Amino acid sequence: MRWPEPLTTFRRAELSIAEKLHQITWSMLFFVVLIGVFGFAMLYSAAHSVDPWAMRQGIRFVFGLGVLVAVALVDIRVYLRYAYAIYGIAFMLLIVVDVAGEIGMGAQRWIDLKVIQLQPSEVMKIALVLALARYFHRLSADNIGNPLVLVVPIIMVFAPVGLVLMQPDLGTAVMLVLVGAAMFWVAGVRLWKFIVVTAAGLGAVPVAWNFLHDYQKNRILTFLDPESDPLGTGYHITQSKIAMGSGGLSGKGFMKGSQAYLNYLPERQTDFIFAMLSEELGMIGGVLLLLLYTVLFVYGYAIAFNSRNHFGRLLAIGVTVNLFCYVFINMAMVMGLLPVVGVPLPLISYGGTAMLTVLFGFGLLMCVYVHRDLKIGQRGLGDDS
Amino acid sequence: MNQEKTRSLIFTRRAALLGGGQLLLLSALVGRMYQLQVVEADRYKVLSEDNQISVRLLEPPRGRILDRFGISLAENDHNYRVEVIPEKVGDLKQVLAQLSRFIPLTDEDRDAIMLDAKKRRAFVPISVSENLSWHQLASIEVNAPDLPGVSIEVGQRRRYTQGRNCSHIIGYVAVPSESDLTGDPLLELPGFRIGKAGVEKQYDESLRGKQGSKRVEVDAVGRVVRELEDKRIAPTAGQDLVLSIDIGLQQFVQQRLASELSATAVVLDALTGDVLALGSTPAYDPSMFTRGVTVREWQDLTSDPLRPLANKATGGEYAPGSTFKMMVALAALKKGIDPNRHVVCPGIYTVGNTKFHCWKKGGHGSVDMYNAHKYSCDVFFYDTAMQTGIDNIADMARSFGLGAPTGIDIPGERRGLIPDSNWKQATYGEPWYPGETPSAGIGQGFITATPMQLAVMAARIASGRAVVPHFRRSGVIGGDEAATAEAPALDIPERHLEVVREGMRRVTNDQGGTAFRARIAEQGMEMAAKTGTAQVRHISMSEHLSGVRKNQDLPWQQRDHALFVCFAPVASPRYSLCVVVEHGGGGSAVAGPIAHDIMLETQRRNPARANLGQKLAMTQKS
Repeated sequence: MRWPEPLTTFRRAELSIAEKLHQITWSMLFFVVLIGVFGFAMLYSAAHSVDPWAMRQGIRFVFGLGVLVAVALVDIRVYLRYAYAIYGIAFMLLIVVDVAGEIGMGAQRWIDLKVIQLQPSEVMKIALVLALARYFHRLSADNIGNPLVLVVPIIMVFAPVGLVLMQPDLGTAVMLVLVGAAMFWVAGVRLWKFIVVTAAGLGAVPVAWNFLHDYQKNRILTFLDPESDPLGTGYHITQSKIAMGSGGLSGKGFMKGSQAYLNYLPERQTDFIFAMLSEELGMIGGVLLLLLYTVLFVYGYAIAFNSRNHFGRLLAIGVTVNLFCYVFINMAMVMGLLPVVGVPLPLISYGGTAMLTVLFGFGLLMCVYVHRDLKIGQRGLGDDS
Repeated sequence: MNQEKTRSLIFTRRAALLGGGQLLLLSALVGRMYQLQVVEADRYKVLSEDNQISVRLLEPPRGRILDRFGISLAENDHNYRVEVIPEKVGDLKQVLAQLSRFIPLTDEDRDAIMLDAKKRRAFVPISVSENLSWHQLASIEVNAPDLPGVSIEVGQRRRYTQGRNCSHIIGYVAVPSESDLTGDPLLELPGFRIGKAGVEKQYDESLRGKQGSKRVEVDAVGRVVRELEDKRIAPTAGQDLVLSIDIGLQQFVQQRLASELSATAVVLDALTGDVLALGSTPAYDPSMFTRGVTVREWQDLTSDPLRPLANKATGGEYAPGSTFKMMVALAALKKGIDPNRHVVCPGIYTVGNTKFHCWKKGGHGSVDMYNAHKYSCDVFFYDTAMQTGIDNIADMARSFGLGAPTGIDIPGERRGLIPDSNWKQATYGEPWYPGETPSAGIGQGFITATPMQLAVMAARIASGRAVVPHFRRSGVIGGDEAATAEAPALDIPERHLEVVREGMRRVTNDQGGTAFRARIAEQGMEMAAKTGTAQVRHISMSEHLSGVRKNQDLPWQQRDHALFVCFAPVASPRYSLCVVVEHGGGGSAVAGPIAHDIMLETQRRNPARANLGQKLAMTQKS
C-alpha cells in the first residue's frame, strides 16, 4: 500500500517556531473545534443554560486548545528524551492516589491540586504511549523477535494497570491494556506472543484477586455485572437505551429530550451524554458525531504513515488508539454493549482532566506531524541517519 | 537502514490492519444505533412516554342524599386546606410560625409537620391544616407573598345537615380501611371517603360517581412538571339519592323517642313500603366520622350500653310478645277455625303438667278472636296456637315478613327467628314439643323479630299487600305514588285480614282495649294497634312469691321491652308503625303514647299524599 508523499518538501531537521506554526494542520484543529462545539451545545441542552456546565467546559476547551498548540510546538525529541521520566512521574502519582484511597477507603482517583483535580490515571494514558513509543523506537526489526525484550514493556503496561485496578478504575485499566496491545502490534510483535500474554494474564487474575480487599472485589464485581444492581447501574443502562431508542432516526429536537430533561437519564452531562445527544438529535446526530471522530482517527493514521521517524509513528498510533478507545468504550457502554466502566466521551462529556488529556494527545499528534520529516536514530536523539 | 525499512513496512501493514479493525468496530456501533433507534424505536418511544406521563385521579363529587321532598340531608362542602411544599418553602420553621398567626397550630402540630417534611421527598405537599374558615382562608391569601411554598387546596367534605336526626338511616362516610381496598386506585386517593354505614354504604357505588383523570408530566423522582391540559377527563359526579324519608316526620320521630333512654320506631307507607321515618335512640353525630373519629370517641361509642351506633329498628331483635298474636289468629283462620269460636280464659292454661298463665290474674272469661285481640288474652292464643300447630303459625308469620330479612336497603339487617318443627330438629336435634307451642302463641320463646319486620307485618295486615320496605325512592323528587309502584297483593283472604284488623281496632278504640288510652281521637285518623311486652328475663317462682315482680323494681337492663304496632287510618289504612322501647316495661303504657304521637303527626303531615308543589319550590335551592 502506498501513502501520499509529505505535503511539504521540508527535509530539514530544525524548524523555527514560525515554521512549526505553519506546519500545524489547521484543518484537523477545525474538526477538533467542531466536536468541542458539539459538546458545548449538548452541555447547554443538559442544563438549558450555560451554567453550570457549558460555560466552564467552554473555557477549559479554549485553554486546552492553547495547550494543544503549545504541545505541538515542542521538539519531538524532548518527548523522546523525557518519555520515561513522564512515565515515572505518572506511576508515582498513581501510587499516591492508591495510598490515599487506601486511607480514605473510597474510590480515590484524583489528587486535589486546588486549581485542578489531577487524575493520574488520565496522565498515565499519555505517559504509557510515550514510554512504549520510546522503547519500541529503539528496537530493531530483528530485536523485536526476541521474546526477552518484551519483558520490560509488558511490565510497563501491567504495573500501572494493577495500580489502576486497585482504585478500582476498570475503564482506564482496559484502555491501558488496549492501547499497549495496539502499540505492541504495530511495533511488530508476533501474534502468538499476544496469545501467550493473554493466557498468562488470565492465569494471573486469580492470584491478583487474592491481593484485593473485599470492598475492592465487590466494586469490581459490580462493575462486571451491573444487572446485579438493578436500581443502580442496571437502571442507568435501561434509561440510557430508552433515551436513545425514543430519539429515533431524527431525534426529539435540540433541548427537547424528555429522558434527559426529566432526570431519567443519569449522568447526562458526563458519561451518558451520548444518550442525551442521540435522544435529541437522533441517529442522524449520533452518526454525525461518529463521523467527526472518524475523521480525526483518519488524521491520526495519516500522520502516523507520514512520519519518517519510528517514535512519531508509534506515538501517533498510540494517541489515536487511545482516542478511539475513549469513543468506542463510551458509546458501546451507553448503548448497552459493554458494562458501565466510567469512560467519558472525549471533548463532549463534562470534565476537565479527560478533556486536557485528549487535547494533550492531539497536541502530540500534531507534534508528530510538525516533525514528520525528522529522522531520529535508534540510539540517539538526533538525526544520525 | 534495511532494518529500518523492514520495521517501517511491518508498521504500515499492521497499522492498516488495526485501522481496518477500528472501522469494523465503529460500524458495529452504527449497527447498534440502527437497531435501537430505527428497528426498536417504537418500543422505546412507548417506554419513554410511560416514563414521563403519569396519570393522576380526579375525585368525583359524591352524590347528595335528599329526602322525599328534595330537602338535602347530605351534601359536599369545600374543604379548604393549607399545604406546604418543603422544597419551595425555604425556612419551614419560620413559615409555620407565620402561619400560626392565622390558623391554630400547636407546638406539637408544628413538630409533627417538621418531622413529616424530613421523612418525605421535598416536593411532596404536606397538609398543615384542614377545614379552614373563610376568615382564615382570606388572611392566608392576603399574606401569600410572605408565605412561599404555602398553597391552599380544595377538597370535599361530607356535610350532614340533619346531624343526629337521621344518623342511622344515612350512616356516614369515612376513610377506607385496609379491608375496603379492592385495588380501585380511587380508594387510595388521599382524603377519599366511602360509605361505611346506612344508605351511604348501601348506595356507595352510585353515590360515588366515576373518577376523572389528568395526565401530568413527571420527572424521574415523581415531581410534577406540568399538566397536559388536553388529556384531562373530568370526573362524573355521583348520582343524587332520593330517600323515601320525610325529614320533617323523621325529626319529629327522633325527638319524640328521645324521651326514652333507648327506643326505636319505624313509620312505613303501608301501600308502597316507603320508609317515611326511622328513629333509633340514642343516635350519634355522623360528622365526627367525616372529620375522623378519635380513639377515645370510638371507645365511648362502642362501649356505651345503650349502643348509639346500632340501628335498633333493623339490627335489634326482640321477642315480639303479644304483637305476634295476629299471626296466630291468621294461621288459625287459614286452618278454618271460626273467628267466633269462644275460648274460656280462667287465667291459666295447661298442657300436660305445664301451666301457662294469662297476663291477667283471674282470666278474661269467654272471649272470641276479636276480643282476644282487644284484651290481648293469652289463654285464647295458647289454645288457638295448640289448635293451629306451630308449622302453620310459622308459615303465616313468614308470609308477613317475619323470620327473614325484609330486604330493607341498608346494611346490617338482622333476620329475627320464626321457629318451626324443622328448625327445632335441625338446631337442637329434638322434635318440637307441644308444650313449646303456647309460648310461641304469645310471641315468646324462640321467636324474635326486628321492629322493621313488625312494621312490615303491620303494613301487610293493613293493606293486604306484600309490602317490602325501602329507603330509596324511585322516580322524581316530590312525585307522588305514581312513581313508586304499590306492592302486589298478599295471598291472604280479605275476610281473614278484616278479622284481625277489627281485633286491632278494638285494642285502641273500644273501652277496655289494652291501648285505649293511646287511641287517636281525631276523626278520620283513628288507628288500629296491638301492644306487646317482651320478657327479657325469666321471672322465677320464688320472685313471684316474694313479690319482686314489678318491672320498676328491677334493674333497667332486666326490665321488659315495650312494643307497639299499629296502622292508620282505620277506615282506609295508609301508614303502619312499630315502636319498641327497650326495657320500657308495658307496651301499652310506655310505647303507646309514643306511637299515638307519631301516628297522629304522620297523618297530619300525610307525606304519602302530600301535595308537593309548594314544598319543592321552597326547598329546592341547593
